[in-house]
Amino acid sequence: MQPHSSNTRKLVTGFVLALALTLIAFAAVWTLAFPVELTFGIIAISALFQVAVHLHYFLGIDSKTPVENILAMAFAGVLIFLMVGGSLWIMFDLYERMMM
Amino acid sequence: MLGRLGFDSLPFYSPVAFGGASVTVLGGLAVFVLVTYFGKWRYFWEEWLTSLDHKRIGIMYIVLALIMLVRGFVDALMMRAQQAIALNNNGYLAPEHFDQVFSSHGTIMIFFMAMPFLTGLVNIVVPQQIGARDVAFPFMNSISLWLTAAGAALVMVSLVIGKFSTAGWTGYPPYSGALYSPGVGVDYWVWAVLISGIGSTMTGINFIVTIIKCRTPSMRLMQMPLFTWTILCTSALMAFAFPALTVVTAMLALDRVLEFHFFTNALGGNMMNYVNLFWIWGHPEVYILILPAFGVYSEVTATFSQKRLFGYKSLVYATAAITILSFSVWLHHFFTMGSGPNVNAVFGMATMIIAVPTGVKIFDWVFTMYKGRIIFHPSMLFTIGFLITFVIGGVSGVLLAIPPADFLMHNSTFLVAHFHNVLIPGAVFGYFAGFQYWFPKAVGFKLNKKWGVRSFWFWIIGFYVAFMPLYALGFLGMTRRMERYELAEWQPYLMVAALGALFVLMGIICQGMQLYVSIRDRDREQNMDVTGDPYNGRTLEWQTSSPPAEYNFAKIPEVRELDAFWDMKQRGVAYAPQAPYEDIHLPRNTGIGVFLGGLGFLLGFAVTWYIWWLVALCFIGILTCLIVRASQDHTFEIIPAAEIEAHETARFKALAEHKQAPGDFWS
Repeated sequence: MQPHSSNTRKLVTGFVLALALTLIAFAAVWTLAFPVELTFGIIAISALFQVAVHLHYFLGIDSKTPVENILAMAFAGVLIFLMVGGSLWIMFDLYERMMM
Repeated sequence: MLGRLGFDSLPFYSPVAFGGASVTVLGGLAVFVLVTYFGKWRYFWEEWLTSLDHKRIGIMYIVLALIMLVRGFVDALMMRAQQAIALNNNGYLAPEHFDQVFSSHGTIMIFFMAMPFLTGLVNIVVPQQIGARDVAFPFMNSISLWLTAAGAALVMVSLVIGKFSTAGWTGYPPYSGALYSPGVGVDYWVWAVLISGIGSTMTGINFIVTIIKCRTPSMRLMQMPLFTWTILCTSALMAFAFPALTVVTAMLALDRVLEFHFFTNALGGNMMNYVNLFWIWGHPEVYILILPAFGVYSEVTATFSQKRLFGYKSLVYATAAITILSFSVWLHHFFTMGSGPNVNAVFGMATMIIAVPTGVKIFDWVFTMYKGRIIFHPSMLFTIGFLITFVIGGVSGVLLAIPPADFLMHNSTFLVAHFHNVLIPGAVFGYFAGFQYWFPKAVGFKLNKKWGVRSFWFWIIGFYVAFMPLYALGFLGMTRRMERYELAEWQPYLMVAALGALFVLMGIICQGMQLYVSIRDRDREQNMDVTGDPYNGRTLEWQTSSPPAEYNFAKIPEVRELDAFWDMKQRGVAYAPQAPYEDIHLPRNTGIGVFLGGLGFLLGFAVTWYIWWLVALCFIGILTCLIVRASQDHTFEIIPAAEIEAHETARFKALAEHKQAPGDFWS
């Protein structure tokens, strides 16, 4: 069990980071300060960091996590790779062939 | 004030629609009057609706599934009747009404018959099979149930107020978008699917945690009964696949209500991504439906062949392989949408590969039966019927997995025949087998065998008569979902198919009779399940009493082997005295799950009809419920050791006095 104050500090840090990453993505769309492709990139990267922040600060995943939880995450990783990777492949293939 | 809702939403425009609405309303009224007449509202509320007991939640799921099975089957009968007569005429259903019927048939059978049926079986059986007293998150379980019921209620209400979707059970845009389907139908569909889908996601999470964390400490993973293994895999599929459905229906709702452009024709929308996301859920869903049935077949085959399950390990690995592979094949549902040959070839091959682990399973079941002394319990009949019929469906599936062949048969009745050929034997027969098999465990008395056997024969004959003609019709070029046609050579096949549907109707009537007769004769001595082990079972759920005590096991069982209960009986410790007893903590009943389900229903209804103030109220209500629940301190109650001792002593006394020995069902 962690001491109460350190746990609170961790949660607040996580919350601030999560909020900041959300604001970055929104700001990129709202201001359109960058070219569209770069904006997509910014959103995607801040989403990845968002995932990492949630996992570390809210779900407490770190180097001391038991091995079965890591395995569960690896399983999730495989499925996400299949779903996201497959979707990108399918939709870009379609885009090239059908112009849609 | 009431948004789009008005007097013209009531179904006075068509006699058929009015008939459906009347049956729904009168059925609801009849239940209300009966419960009031017998003064049972308090009993239902306190003992059932608010219950967090996984066995009662399971029974409620199955009741919901049986009601929706009847509703979905009436839709099927209507379609078969229409197609049997609609040669060169409009039949008795208007085109728009026919479209609603096939949309609601698919939606109901998948989301509100199959899903609650399997979830009900899982709830009743899994905690007992792993020697647990409860699921990991009993309150979340109650929310799952009531969200599923809320979705089902939305579909039923669409019969009476407004119309249902005409976009099919898959709801493809752009047709399901606001431009082409401006009415309330698609909104009903979206919210029914979205709300019940959230419930299914939570069920998945709940049972992953239950199976991993709540097993009796002595049970290792490779000692888990096969049904539990299939449910572990199914739960993983639910937790990962259902969010895709929730997201894609929410995006469609945004398109429709707030004029977003995810899937529209114009302004950068891409409807093909809907198809892609829908089937990312949709294909794992097929295995969510089928794997639990495979688990049931494994238990039933071993018990009624009176042998160990053949190839336990290969069955576990096959199940796990199917779980991963099921996420790699979804494109085969839309080979024809325009992907390149590389994409189609990869997904086609992945699809064919799934047939390998499935074939392994078929052989395992056959070898389990080999040289066994098979008892033809109705659940075993359903299992054998499945083995033969499912192979045919599987082979037609491997055929469809070849992209060029799929281009010819896509959207034809060959496809309709194929997926009914896998889902009826592969899923529905499994649920029926599970229902027949675990019924005495859940309620304490046995189901009538005679009517069970009759229902099996009507179902299997009806299945062949109804769907084999559809294979042929697919080769004759008939597409699915036709409310009229001009080719006279199709009609004889469609008439035979309609006859098959009548056979299935007889099967369902037999199941109703079976329930009626069994409940009527439940107090006869030969019908009571005093021992809790009517079939000389092998797994832990047969160690508890029938129906099980609220706490399932007075003492957490110690597992030494696979088929733990069988092993205990061999060692003579299955009914060993269990004193001293200890206090047991169990969750206290709560009505908040019911309120959340009710609010979910109202929310869906309000968005469908654009009643925005009610939407806001529902959100406030949901938030309030969650805060109230989160701030409750006394969510558990203690069953004192003395009470448990009294209960268990009475049970052992009855066991000793009763002539029936365990497994004495057949004498």
